[in-house]
Amino acid sequence: MSEALKVPTMAEMMAAGETPDILFWVGCSGSFDDRAKKITKAIVKILNKVDMKFAVLGVEESCTGDPAKRAGNEFTFMMQAMSNIQVMNAYEVKKIVTGCPHCFNTIKNEYPELGGKYEVIHHTQLVQQLIDEGKLKVEGGAFKGKKITFHDPCYLGRANGEYEAPRSVIQNLDVELTEMKRSRANGLCCGAGGAQMFKEAEPGDKEINMERAEEALALKPDVIATGCPFCNTMMTDGVKYNDKQDETQVLDVAEMIAQANDL
Amino acid sequence: MEYIPQILFLVLIAVGFGLFGKSALRIRRNILLGRDLDRSDNPSVRLSTMLKVAMGQSKMVVRPIAGTLHLIVYIGFVLINIEVLEIMIDGLAGTHRVFAPILGGLYTVAISFFEVLGVLVIAACGIFLYRRNVMKIGRFHSTEMKGWPFKDANYILIIEIVLMSALLIMNAAEANFPADHRAAGPFLISGLIAPLFNGFDPSTLHIIERVCWWAHIIGIMFFLNYLPFSKHFHIMLAFPNVYYSKLTPKGQFNNLESVKKEVELMMDPNADPYAAAPAPDPNAAPQRFGAKDVQDLNWVQLMNAYSCTECGRCTSSCPANITGKKLSPRKIMMDTRDRLENVGAIIDLNKGTFVDDGKSLLHDHITPEELWACTSCNACTEACPINIDPLSIIIDLRRYLVMEESSMPAPLAPVMSSLENNGAPWQFSPSDRFNWATEEA
Repeated sequence: MSEALKVPTMAEMMAAGETPDILFWVGCSGSFDDRAKKITKAIVKILNKVDMKFAVLGVEESCTGDPAKRAGNEFTFMMQAMSNIQVMNAYEVKKIVTGCPHCFNTIKNEYPELGGKYEVIHHTQLVQQLIDEGKLKVEGGAFKGKKITFHDPCYLGRANGEYEAPRSVIQNLDVELTEMKRSRANGLCCGAGGAQMFKEAEPGDKEINMERAEEALALKPDVIATGCPFCNTMMTDGVKYNDKQDETQVLDVAEMIAQANDL
Repeated sequence: MEYIPQILFLVLIAVGFGLFGKSALRIRRNILLGRDLDRSDNPSVRLSTMLKVAMGQSKMVVRPIAGTLHLIVYIGFVLINIEVLEIMIDGLAGTHRVFAPILGGLYTVAISFFEVLGVLVIAACGIFLYRRNVMKIGRFHSTEMKGWPFKDANYILIIEIVLMSALLIMNAAEANFPADHRAAGPFLISGLIAPLFNGFDPSTLHIIERVCWWAHIIGIMFFLNYLPFSKHFHIMLAFPNVYYSKLTPKGQFNNLESVKKEVELMMDPNADPYAAAPAPDPNAAPQRFGAKDVQDLNWVQLMNAYSCTECGRCTSSCPANITGKKLSPRKIMMDTRDRLENVGAIIDLNKGTFVDDGKSLLHDHITPEELWACTSCNACTEACPINIDPLSIIIDLRRYLVMEESSMPAPLAPVMSSLENNGAPWQFSPSDRFNWATEEA
């Protein structure tokens, strides 16, 4: 059993007269979804392991407005964005790491014009930096030699051009990384983006996550790795639908790092 | 009498270029019906993107077969057009192969090189016709490709084959001229097919040569004037289209300035809620939130529509389309162009002013079902060889649906109210947001 998580909030830090080096933006999924909470905890374990001076907003965090904006509801997006920016600017936030590519994209690209200018990185980028800087030593553990395929989240990959960080982190685990035919810039969406996560799919002859899960499962991987809580849900559903949950796990890159190193 | 061919030629190219100019101005006018958008930033980045993507065809060759064939036709088209310069001078001055005596042996080399390109272009167009009509590659047979768009593609390929063949036959006929009648040649490829005309008497050969010469230039003028009515107009607009394309990250959507102002006012604690609204500018058209019709889109989006050559790479990589949904990013672009053409025609009919015809891009051309199938994954914008952005149009139309018509798929309505009231897409209490840190694993 690992130690209890240390998760300071910005409010606590401020009360103690301290300033964290980085704000960990958890996101709605990471805060409320039972599966995604495990990813959040894995990220915290990594941050604790390297003694990162970080903080979360806790109850002061609110949705970035991504699903509203992609659905065309600019009003709701704008209200969310402006109040989040007010909170973060009040705390003088400089640097943010997000647990979700949608939060990452929205804060990094759409907040600056509204007055929220921060250095924003995705958690896979942070983990890669920690490994590169020698602060985080990782071993393959149970994943050593296992067959892994990485599913590119659209809002990390195509939307922001980050294809390498998650792959480089995975490769540190001494695994066999195999690529699906549609990967990197040609990666196929899991079907959750653009507010699809929160509605029924339009009429068609297949669910998008089934199409993607079948493509991944054709490689017979031990793990389908992702870097997005929504991709995780979609791929997990797809794997279960194909009754392959005993052969293939769906894990976030952060979870793999935490599990392999007993964090 | 001896000047008649020159006069005919002059009339042909004057009418040809004149009509083309008129069409081009009409398209320009239509594109500028769109809203303003400043894309004058980063000229050097824009230039290098244009050189790489449009001129260098970097995104075309991602699909190697179609990409290579297209490269052949593209290079052939650009280089062989150098020969049109000679045709122009010959036609106006009444000369024959005016560059031959100037360039000497180099002329034979140049024309032979063009002939090789010509054969490659004919072969590539032949393969393209085969791919479209015999192999039935999926993306050429989607619903939106039925009728005119499918014929259009075939017409273009056939015209290109005819134009190139005319050049080769012309040169082959001339190769059989008595030596003192020949301005140059024989050339590499036409020399090989020259025996076809063995034994023809010189006057027949002259007629064949002239017919091909005229067929070539008339064909070029016809083609030039066909372009503005065809998807093939991309040969004109691909370059500016890439130059003015989006440089910011694909995931970055624009923030609506009008909404921003309202929300700022709403959140300003010093704002006087009873203050009279500033008098609206009586001449300003009320601006919609999002886009209902083509005039609500910006000029780059409208130029995108005229630049699209309907290759369907966007649609064939769209996850919604792959899984059988109605959405096709290519259809979004084709619909935008069709509607813009209709709006332009209405303006022409009414002496320069648009009269509402009760139709709009949204609903009459593009249905909410198509729009709501989009996952905003950017596969379409990644696939487009000339950086067209169907996603931005989809989002602008969604904005109109949601903010002006209050219309969205039923499950999204509670999501929006949860976002506003609970700060999350689900109905959880905001005070529970941090519970994860203390819960048992």
